[in-house]
Amino acid sequence: MSAAPQKARAGAEKIDVIVSAVVPLNELVTRFEFTRADDKAFPPFSAGAHTVVEMRDGDRLRLNPYSLMSDPADSSQYAISVRRDDAGRGGSLFMHRSVKVGDRMKISYPVNLFPLDLRGRKHVFLAGGIGITPFMAMIAHLERMGGAWELHYACRNEALGTYVDQLTSRYPNKVHVYFDDRNQAIALEDLLDGQPLGTHVYVCGPKGMIDWVHATAAAHGWPDENVHSEEFLAPQPGKPFEVRLCRSDITIQVGESESLLEAMERCGVDAPFLCRGGACGQCETDVIEADGTFVHRDHWLDDEDHTSGKKIMPCVSRFVGKSLVLDR
Amino acid sequence: MTIQFNTETFRDDYSFRNSDWAIKRFPFPFHEDSYMYSVNMEQHRGGPEGSVYEKRFDVDEHYVSEMQDRAIVLADDPLRCQSLPHMTLAGWDTLELIMVSKSEDYPDLFELHRDGNRWRWINKPMGIDHTFTFLDETTLPCGPLEYITRQAQGDYAVLDQRGDMLYMDAGMVTTQADWSLDFDIGMDFFEWHAPVPLAHEMGIFKRALKFLLNIQQGAPARRLNWTMTVNPLLDTSPENYHKWGIQKTSLTPENIGAKQHLRVELQTFYRLPRSNALLFPIRCYLIAFQDLVRIPKWGRRLHRVVRDLPDELATYKGFIANRPLMLDYLGRHDDGLPTSPGVWPDLDSEPPLQTQNDARSR
Ligand code: HEM
Ligand code: FES
Repeated sequence: MSAAPQKARAGAEKIDVIVSAVVPLNELVTRFEFTRADDKAFPPFSAGAHTVVEMRDGDRLRLNPYSLMSDPADSSQYAISVRRDDAGRGGSLFMHRSVKVGDRMKISYPVNLFPLDLRGRKHVFLAGGIGITPFMAMIAHLERMGGAWELHYACRNEALGTYVDQLTSRYPNKVHVYFDDRNQAIALEDLLDGQPLGTHVYVCGPKGMIDWVHATAAAHGWPDENVHSEEFLAPQPGKPFEVRLCRSDITIQVGESESLLEAMERCGVDAPFLCRGGACGQCETDVIEADGTFVHRDHWLDDEDHTSGKKIMPCVSRFVGKSLVLDR
Repeated sequence: MTIQFNTETFRDDYSFRNSDWAIKRFPFPFHEDSYMYSVNMEQHRGGPEGSVYEKRFDVDEHYVSEMQDRAIVLADDPLRCQSLPHMTLAGWDTLELIMVSKSEDYPDLFELHRDGNRWRWINKPMGIDHTFTFLDETTLPCGPLEYITRQAQGDYAVLDQRGDMLYMDAGMVTTQADWSLDFDIGMDFFEWHAPVPLAHEMGIFKRALKFLLNIQQGAPARRLNWTMTVNPLLDTSPENYHKWGIQKTSLTPENIGAKQHLRVELQTFYRLPRSNALLFPIRCYLIAFQDLVRIPKWGRRLHRVVRDLPDELATYKGFIANRPLMLDYLGRHDDGLPTSPGVWPDLDSEPPLQTQNDARSR
């Protein structure tokens, strides 16, 4: 099993930050800059990484991922740009309406699900709207490392062209901007055909744009591994739920930002664990009774176990419903 | 804490020795009286004071001599350190991680002074005081990965992560249990694990890979692995099998206690910040059977583990031919008493070995 397993939290560490600037860029997009509350340097990050911002919205906890768009070499601050989404779940509205300079917040360590392929001889970036943000960091990185890149950036109109002026004035030969209201569109087929061997394409934007780029590239014989897109799996803070632990003879509440395992530990139940990441199998627990649905997030149980409703891995998995009784 | 560095060799006259301190803190890998492969991963965020789990990169009495042994291997075979062209940034990440960790964890041994990209690195045990420009290779005598891993115990595999897979695209490998970086370079996670018996069928590698792909910055993990080595050899490479393989036939009942070593690898996993690569340090600890059995619990347990280990594992680990000899020796250090759970020596609570006479006189 183990040597000296630590009861540390699973997943990304958190960083306490202070909002150091709130900069409206246009009608929809605002940049938020953070400094560390403890005055230490931020950890370096890889271009394309995002951070998960924790928002205390009344009695709700919201967790929204935003691409880090500051220069990865600048460890004195992190910056994100947030587009207000009036129809969204509310995280971006909260950022726009409630977050002020001087506020304290918690953000996660950087996580990268959209990395540069460092083997690439050349990197072609295709951005749609707010999809520009990860490319801001990638461009800063490649400029420093002397890598070849070009950007094709589609915006609704000039007024909503976030960072267009900054990009076109700094890199006039590498940045190409297309405005929908002028009927300008990225000539993707020509663009793909003209690239040297070893080029990688990255797309970040609305889902339709991502699908279009993947499909067109495939039709033009591009290997899938040379076409990259960002997939945001928005982390869901689980809803709080109640669990009856029969052997320990107690009923406990699992909060929205803790795992079932952490809740058991908080209540003094000595539950087994090792990896705290859903892989090792140590925390496997039998379900005695359940009225509701499981949210399985582990790699340990097989599909059959997951559908059976007879087992749960408390380090990562959750439950939504009326009642849950575990053999622990 | 001051560490007294040993003067010792891992070849020729094999003067390698563990002090009492090193024996007591040895990472004994068996938490119960039997062993099978498992997804034995846990977080690497410290451990009991003085244990090998406490610091991010453990430094012990063998540091200087292990670095000398590495230099000998590299002089003979430069391909033990390789880095595909796209892995240079990951090399800098590795250099930064090790320099920052060591200077924070062992301030009396290592110092790092940073002024922007102007870095001054002081390694007192090795007598190095070097100023260089971070991310500028021309200011180092060799690549960043080679530079720092010539000053850090253990092997290092650096894995590029692309499309939900890990690729062994760089490394420094001179203290390995019979595998070769030159052979594995560029391979993916399942390819380089192909020779391992049973674990594939048990689903271990699939689960382990998913866990590794999710390892995040600031949240490193660790696991232990183990094998057996005759003579305290660090470099048991396939390249040199002709030199060390035959030493396995030199075991006798008289010399086994001194010659036969349990070899334990403390493997850690770090997400690297700038490159998004995964760093896999593999730190090797050796202990002679005669030292190990001085901890009564460990002597009892090792006997039972070796006795009951499936043949496939004993074959893969290369000691099936010597198993009878080992059991003869270890059996004399197993009185059949129960052992306490967990890996720790428990010297205060575990009884000393009951000899035949003790048993009879009762
Ligand atoms: C990315 C990190 C890893 C690297 C670079 C790595 C590399 C290796 C290599 C080179 C071998 C020797 C194979 C041979 O015989 O040629 C090996 C063996 C093995 N690996 Fe890994 N490994 C990694 C992670 C893991 C993880 C996370 C696990 C599991 C839970 C694992 C389980 C094993 C096992 C069970 C063996 C057989 C060891 C023995 O019996 O002595 N490895 N690994
Ligand atoms: S602790 Fe490893 S699967 Fe839950």
